[in-house]
Amino acid sequence: MIRIDCPQCGVRDYTEFTYGGDATLQRPTSDCDDQIIWHDYVYQRENPRGLLRELWQHSQGCRCWLEVERNTVTHDIQSVQLASGGSVSGGTR
Amino acid sequence: MIEQPYRLPTGGLIDRSQSVDFVYNETYYKGHPGDTLASALMANGEHVIARSFKYHRPRGVFSAGPEEPSALLTVGYGPRREPNTQATVQPLYQGLVSSSQNCWPSPRFDLGAVNSLISPFLSAGFYYKTFMWPGLKGWMQYEKIIRKAAGMGEASRAPDPDRYEKSQGFCDVLVVGAGPAGLMAASAAALSGARVWLVDEQLRMGGQLNRETYLIDGMPATEWVANKVQALEQNPRVKLLTNATVFGAYDSQTLGIVERCGADAFQPDTRQRLWLLRTAQVVLATGSIERPLVFSNNDRPGVMQANAVRAYNNQYGVRCGHKTLVFTNNNSAYRTAIDLANSGQTVTAVVDSRKQVEPTLLAQLAELGIRHIGGSAVQDVRGKLSIKEAQLISSDGSQLGESIECDCIALSGGWSPNVQLHSMVGSKPLFSEEHSAFVPGEMPAEYHSAGACTGSFALQDCLSQGAAIGTEAAVSAGFSGMEQTVPSGGEDTLPATEALWQVAKGKGKQFVDLQHDVAASDIELAHLEGYQSVEHLKRYTTLGMAGDQGRSSNVNALALMAQLREEPIAAVGTTTFRPPLSPVALGVFGGLDRGQHYRPYRRSAMQAWHDARGAVLQEVGLWRRAQYYPVGGESIDEAYQRETAQVRAKVGIVDVSSLGKIQINGPDSPEFLNRLYVNNWLKLPIGKARYGVMLREDGIALDDGTTSRWGEHDFLMTTTTANAGPVMTHMEHLLQVVWPELRVRVSSVTEHWAGMAVAGPLSRETLQGCVTDLDLSNEAFPFMAVGEGKIDNVPVRVLRISFSGEMAYEVYAPADYGQGVWEAIVRAGEIHDIVPYGTETLGALRIEKGHVTGAELDGRVTLGDVGMLGMANPKKDFIGRVLMNREGILDPKRPQLTGLKSVNPEEPLQAGAILVNTPEMAAGVDKLGHVSSITYSPEVGGNIGLGFLRDAAERRGERIFAAYPLRDKIVEVEICDPCFVDASGGRMRD
Ligand SMILES: [Zn+2]
Repeated sequence: MIRIDCPQCGVRDYTEFTYGGDATLQRPTSDCDDQIIWHDYVYQRENPRGLLRELWQHSQGCRCWLEVERNTVTHDIQSVQLASGGSVSGGTR
Repeated sequence: MIEQPYRLPTGGLIDRSQSVDFVYNETYYKGHPGDTLASALMANGEHVIARSFKYHRPRGVFSAGPEEPSALLTVGYGPRREPNTQATVQPLYQGLVSSSQNCWPSPRFDLGAVNSLISPFLSAGFYYKTFMWPGLKGWMQYEKIIRKAAGMGEASRAPDPDRYEKSQGFCDVLVVGAGPAGLMAASAAALSGARVWLVDEQLRMGGQLNRETYLIDGMPATEWVANKVQALEQNPRVKLLTNATVFGAYDSQTLGIVERCGADAFQPDTRQRLWLLRTAQVVLATGSIERPLVFSNNDRPGVMQANAVRAYNNQYGVRCGHKTLVFTNNNSAYRTAIDLANSGQTVTAVVDSRKQVEPTLLAQLAELGIRHIGGSAVQDVRGKLSIKEAQLISSDGSQLGESIECDCIALSGGWSPNVQLHSMVGSKPLFSEEHSAFVPGEMPAEYHSAGACTGSFALQDCLSQGAAIGTEAAVSAGFSGMEQTVPSGGEDTLPATEALWQVAKGKGKQFVDLQHDVAASDIELAHLEGYQSVEHLKRYTTLGMAGDQGRSSNVNALALMAQLREEPIAAVGTTTFRPPLSPVALGVFGGLDRGQHYRPYRRSAMQAWHDARGAVLQEVGLWRRAQYYPVGGESIDEAYQRETAQVRAKVGIVDVSSLGKIQINGPDSPEFLNRLYVNNWLKLPIGKARYGVMLREDGIALDDGTTSRWGEHDFLMTTTTANAGPVMTHMEHLLQVVWPELRVRVSSVTEHWAGMAVAGPLSRETLQGCVTDLDLSNEAFPFMAVGEGKIDNVPVRVLRISFSGEMAYEVYAPADYGQGVWEAIVRAGEIHDIVPYGTETLGALRIEKGHVTGAELDGRVTLGDVGMLGMANPKKDFIGRVLMNREGILDPKRPQLTGLKSVNPEEPLQAGAILVNTPEMAAGVDKLGHVSSITYSPEVGGNIGLGFLRDAAERRGERIFAAYPLRDKIVEVEICDPCFVDASGGRMRD
């Protein structure tokens, strides 16, 4: 069972989290009307072997969306940070 | 009859001062505390206790542990009957009831043994080859009969009456296995300050030490174990689990452990406990098991592991025969001969396939008067229910030797490290020529190995390696290492195994996998037919696929295949081990989460009122909602039709607490709502509500609902019951990942507000009778107005919105006051004949009005499909804006929302029915759409429904058919407007 070190809550079982897919995707800008670009954003995904930056929501915890760097082969987790880019209030845990 | 005729007069770790009564095949027997079912049966002279899986050959006890392939019994009775229980690990308890299986009428005389006579035909793949004709149907018929003939025990069909638990565990160092290496590792890690768990699958800690006559630091090994265990028990940082199997190793050092806490009682408080353990470091001290040797009739009762014969002698005080012959290819089995002789048992000979043997061993045998025959092997065994004699042959197979009388053959084909858990964490086992066995390969940094599972078979090595690895694990877990003193284990002979994978053939089958009856000839056949990779071999012969997972058979089978392929064993490789390591009762995964504890139950604040009113409840997700309130024995149809008519005529009240409620705050809230919903939100005034639809980014409708504005930066959104969670997640994703710059906070307040809708022409009068501090007149509080007032002095929020098409209000009260507020409204409504109504009427009213809900917005439906394309503002950015314009989504041929009316008003419709032009339910018929929601409408006076239909608008008034082939039902329907009542909307506005 993968364990994720939530910056807010500490190390928790992955069953407390909901998977959110590729974290590197950028939503096209509001003036973009190109359906191909939107199609790629919604449907096209890489399936890399090795490190992947992905989103997990701590849905059974603090509800924060996290950006997790995970090795898809070993399931080793290299880093975890808040997806909003913010830092945890009240200093480091 | 002599009681326990095979029990030795002294010795063993059993409590001879007490006896335990148990039943085997309807006969009473006695054993002692400390016995397993296997040792007690053998003490009583029961040596034939099972019949084999395929050939129904008589079988006895082969091992003294979880590798047992043969001695499988049914233990317990009634709903507690558990088939295929390994007698070698089942602790004996007072009143244990056991029986043989797979044989009739008894294991000594089994009619099914006719399979044995036709065994030349029952080779690998036989069933599939023979019975596949004539096609699949034929196989399915034959299969039932074959399963019966080749069956194992039968499980009880009654619900499991036992209690199972699930627990969570946390520690720094887990040590698996409490043999010499594991005990030392646990002590060392604990000494360094780590929180340690030590888990062993046997009832008694000590592992192999309980079966040997070793001295450690000059004292008997069992005494040393007892001291060690006592010291660990007294350490508050150490947790000891016995009779517990680590059955799986998973990511992030999470391990699954099943503790058989109730295995020593018929009706225990708790039968098994599942531990999910999270640890920083793991020490695997899983030991090794002894391999059998492959020769003819090597499955006869009385052919046993030499180590097991030693264990029954030393640990249980049981003799396995009167004349034991030892057959080995290594040194370890000499200990069996020596221990047996020292206990007064007769050893007829030690047959060793090796030509060169250490002189000290030979001297020891000579001293005890035991005959030694070197360079020889057992080729064949005579005797069927018991062994009569062993036929020898030179180990190279060139020269037949003598026959030796014996009734027990103790064999040792070398030792295989237990690498299953290593394999589960991704370590590929490596073949070691030195040990003729697989040893652990490279492992993740958090995993360590010590003792016999690494190929270190000498006691002293196990002790020192355990201590060193225990310290190493504690240091890796962040503790400063404290060096543990290593006791003296004395001199020990190494096995010095010389591989002997197969003896020259005799007259009978040479078994490799005893549990699945796979013989060397089956492996040859698999090779001949091209099933040469290990994974193919396994599936074609079913080798290693029984309950023991091939613990005793895998290595021999791989070696035989390697010989056939003329390749080294390393090139053949090994199969992958997967959890569970040993069979685990399914009940333990359920634990206490059964029946109504299977999942949580969400209660509305008004639940007690619904219960008191006799409401029939319906599961909606985790909620139980009132479905209808029957009066005087009404049926569901009678009840909801009465409720529906009364709402339209007078007034009704319904619990809508389960609707999702999300509070939205912050200066950018209007901008956020504007991007979330397809319609405009920037100018919603304070004190107003608005209906909105949100899409997914792919252009498909996600949910609908109303959002109301209560202050400059304060909004309250409602979602459908089903989508409360997904919408919340969607909004959090947008705010934290996509637009973190927006100054908005969202909070789920579903539980905080009890919600109730009051609907019907007399709803205003009803509320005016109880609401204070809020002017509800049409002028002051028009359709879509929202405001705060009080009911019974409780502050409430009132929204004038309608789901039914009638004049209606939703009232939200703080949950703790929900029931009081509800009761106050009901009191105020009494003079207006207010009726409580449930989800059935809620549905009927909204279907009559043509309002969509989850049944329509099912994840495939677009704005255009429900006629709301005009609602979207393409000039602003919102989720789904671009992809909602995809060709396929705008296709005019897509089915459109439509109303449907049964032509015969009495004929009910069926949700899920397919809409077709003709009444024939034939395959390939043109499907025009489907029915999504149905009800009986008192307003229409007939059965109606909503659905999706191609060209719905153009075909209004035409008649088509709603077909439901699964129930062979077809109903003629008229296509009509989805709004059946008050199309102009006057009722809810005026
Ligand atoms: Zn968290």
